[in-house]
Amino acid sequence: MESLAPHLLATLQGHANDVRQGIIRSLLAAGSGHSAGSLDMADVFTAFYFHLLRHDPKNPDWEERDRLLLSCGHIAPVRYSAMAYAGYFPVDELLTLRKFGTRLQGHPERISLPGLETTSGPLGEGLAQGTGMALGAKMDGADWRVYVVTSDGEHQCGLHWEAMMTAAKFKLDNLTCVVDRNFIQIDGSTEDVMPLEPLADKYRAFNWEVFTCDGNDIGAFIATVERAKAVRGKPQVVIANTVPGKGVSFMEHDYLWHGKPPKADEADVALRELLAAREAIGASNRG
Amino acid sequence: MANASVADSAAAAMQLVDYRDPAAIVQIPTRNGFGAGLVEAGRRDEKVIAICADLAESTRMEPFKAAFPDRYIEIGVAEQMIVAMAAGLAAAGKVPFIASYAMFNPGRSWEQVRTTLALNQTNVKIAGAHAGVSVGPDGATHQAVEDIAIMRVIPNMIVVVPCDSVQTKKATLAVAERFGPTYLRFARAESAVITTDGTPFEIGKAQTFRDGTDVAIVACGILVYNALIAAEQLAAEGIECRVVNNHTIKPMDEPAIVAAARDCGAVVTVEEHQVHGGMGSRVAEILAAHHPVPIEFIGVQDRFGQSGTPVELVEEYGMGVTAIVAAVKRALGRKK
Ligand SMILES: Cc1ncc(C[n+]2csc(CCOP(=O)(O)OP(=O)(O)O)c2C)c(N)n1
Ligand SMILES: [Mg+2]
Repeated sequence: MESLAPHLLATLQGHANDVRQGIIRSLLAAGSGHSAGSLDMADVFTAFYFHLLRHDPKNPDWEERDRLLLSCGHIAPVRYSAMAYAGYFPVDELLTLRKFGTRLQGHPERISLPGLETTSGPLGEGLAQGTGMALGAKMDGADWRVYVVTSDGEHQCGLHWEAMMTAAKFKLDNLTCVVDRNFIQIDGSTEDVMPLEPLADKYRAFNWEVFTCDGNDIGAFIATVERAKAVRGKPQVVIANTVPGKGVSFMEHDYLWHGKPPKADEADVALRELLAAREAIGASNRG
Repeated sequence: MANASVADSAAAAMQLVDYRDPAAIVQIPTRNGFGAGLVEAGRRDEKVIAICADLAESTRMEPFKAAFPDRYIEIGVAEQMIVAMAAGLAAAGKVPFIASYAMFNPGRSWEQVRTTLALNQTNVKIAGAHAGVSVGPDGATHQAVEDIAIMRVIPNMIVVVPCDSVQTKKATLAVAERFGPTYLRFARAESAVITTDGTPFEIGKAQTFRDGTDVAIVACGILVYNALIAAEQLAAEGIECRVVNNHTIKPMDEPAIVAAARDCGAVVTVEEHQVHGGMGSRVAEILAAHHPVPIEFIGVQDRFGQSGTPVELVEEYGMGVTAIVAAVKRALGRKK
């Protein structure tokens, strides 16, 4: 797989920067919600919505679309923001996040907003549904793919492992699971709460093809997913190593930002940092 | 207000806060009472242990964790595990309290609760946090409004829904002392404190918080306050309501429910839960068998919750004071 052309990479990085700004603005407006995981998955969701997915924002029910499921629904802000910037709905609507009457429910509801594929928030249920979708596609000989974004914390749910066994049994090579490996959850480090390592070995033992990459490097993530897609006869997992709170210095690596929104002054600092990062992308692209 | 003194004497007997005076009301989430009660239960009995599913702060298990680190177990996002493992710990002589959001425990873990706690008769206490639509902005996926129904239908379960943070502390202590699988339900939002340290509390014993004979309002949880305020508004119109704090859903205080129906001739039930299968349904079962009277049901009317502020949602789902006043008038109109 060739690497992305530099101008294309810079464009994607610019989109990821927009997505992060959308996350900060919507969380500030909501006054509650989940910052750390949303920010750390901005590069992955940008890669999906602006490069990897076969989709049409104006026709979210298109039968031939790839299915992107968000299993860890609490990081809905990153999905909403990426969808808005990709053209699914007006960017201004991000400011209705979590408010009474909004389509952008605190946790994603399929019936509420076109393009969500499924309802989530209760953890550990995404891969099972993705397994069902991928099996359904196989039964019909359809060529769309299923991607399921999961968090490391939700690997503590038994159902996720039931889905891992099932997907391998049915050799669902049209299914790719992405793990947001940020090593945090609510009560602290995942390894303190319930040790998950060696995670890659566990997937391998369950007959999955395993890939690992830097989930905050858009180019590396895209290249890794392209390799995963080429696998035949097995489901694949991409363990995306991410920095919780990525892009906002005072949130990075701090699990206490798991379920907290920025206050007004914090959002100001965050947006200033993101605008500076945006300038840097532009400069490197010009240079 | 002809019966004002009667209403006052019930409140006095129960040693309530003067709930009619907004300045006398403090707002504290019921979950805080659980946190305080659990620490006290741990002090009184070293067999009491706490197990949490990655929600120590929001379920208020954190003070117990700080006080008794050796008796605190973190299990991660594994609500089926927490139940079955607690059954094992109970079999080994512990008194486990297990905490998550009500949506996940007992929501996700229902069959484990039925088999390993209730059928198995193990002494495990489920603390269901964030019950009701008053959870707020998290939305429908996190708003448990079916949990009373799925718990009260299981034989051997004790189901307790205290009305404020002070009562939640007492309920936590009572639950710790009484053998048996138990579900204790509480809420996320701040809510009015209406009871005091002197207010009695006994599992299975409903409490008359206000006396009256026109209509009986039978309420549980944080909406008891709305019921009392509605009763005061109705009193200004000459309608005197009895307000019953029906905190124990199972075993329900049947004599108190029948007496309320007999004395008042009409009942309004109030709960932050689906009207199908909840506390009000149990009241209806009792009255259909023993003393049929008109009943109006305040609660969620067969819908899911959504994002919003607690106040917006309590109003949207017809559980505010105005809705209770209207239900009382409907019930009154149906009286023979
Ligand atoms: C079944 C279930 N149990 C509990 C919760 C509450 N909860 C929400 S996020 C979360 C932490 C999960 O860890 P992770 O997804 O890795 O968090 P992040 O990386 O976003 O901080 C928990 C326990 C839930 N949403 N679903
Ligand atoms: Mg995590």
